[in-house]
Amino acid sequence: MAATATEHGHGHDHSHGHEEHNQESMKVFGFWLFLITDVLMFATLFATYVVLRNNTNGGPTAEELFQLPIIIANTFILLTSSFTSGLAVLAMHQGKLKQLIGWLAVTMLLGASFLGLEIYEFAHLVHEGATMQTSAFLSAFYTLVGAHGLHVTIGLFWMIGIVLQLAKRGITPVTERKVNVVSLYWHFLDAVWIFVFTVVYLMGVM
Amino acid sequence: MTAHSNENRQASGASLKSYVLGFALSILLTIIPLGVVMGGWLEGTAALVTILIAAVLQFVVQLFFFMHLREGEDARWNKLALVLGAVILILIVGGSIWIMTYNAVAQ
Repeated sequence: MAATATEHGHGHDHSHGHEEHNQESMKVFGFWLFLITDVLMFATLFATYVVLRNNTNGGPTAEELFQLPIIIANTFILLTSSFTSGLAVLAMHQGKLKQLIGWLAVTMLLGASFLGLEIYEFAHLVHEGATMQTSAFLSAFYTLVGAHGLHVTIGLFWMIGIVLQLAKRGITPVTERKVNVVSLYWHFLDAVWIFVFTVVYLMGVM
Repeated sequence: MTAHSNENRQASGASLKSYVLGFALSILLTIIPLGVVMGGWLEGTAALVTILIAAVLQFVVQLFFFMHLREGEDARWNKLALVLGAVILILIVGGSIWIMTYNAVAQ
């Protein structure tokens, strides 16, 4: 509701429009601060994982469990989706609505494939008897990787919402800010995954 | 107003070139640790240090090429918040590893 109100103001009053632009950029900064707090949450989860990763309680170890081919595929999928969400922002800056929605759709499709593979991996691990209750190592593993997966899931639903708004309202200062913010979030998730990939999987099989 | 800010943004580097370059660098920085671990290019501490450096570099690539850390009016505050986050991150992760490793040795 507030969004439509400011949208109208933008067209009419130049000085008001400037103020509103500042407000939009403040909102992006606010989101940036949220990302920093999210970094801190992931930092504690990574610290927990690194400390507990050898406490396998006689159960399977990281080296025995992890299937790198799926993880490598997922890494490239998420990397590509980070790139395509960047292309969406680029299309938006050029005022190309259809291209913007198209790249967001590609990003969501890649994000959904990532989630699908991750769910498959978790199901496979549980099938092998490696559940969250098996050992401290696996508790920390599921918490860390699951927290990232949950972020990706939220990002997917969020993007669906933004695409619906774009289809309805087109590119306005408000939807523009929303696309900027969701793309920031998506790049951030890729950055976190790089550390999951390195610290959990690569160091796990080393 | 909108056109003006668009010009600014394009001038400051949110271009196709920077995205493609960032993407290429990310792929390279993913292939290097893969080669180190799966291809057995390096071993032991050297391998560990290499893959961790590759991860940090890739984070930097995401920040500059994709998240445009250096752009916009709030860039200074963005960086300040990031530095604060990084300091706490290093304290949490580094401190935990340090203490718990010592704990394991002491026992």
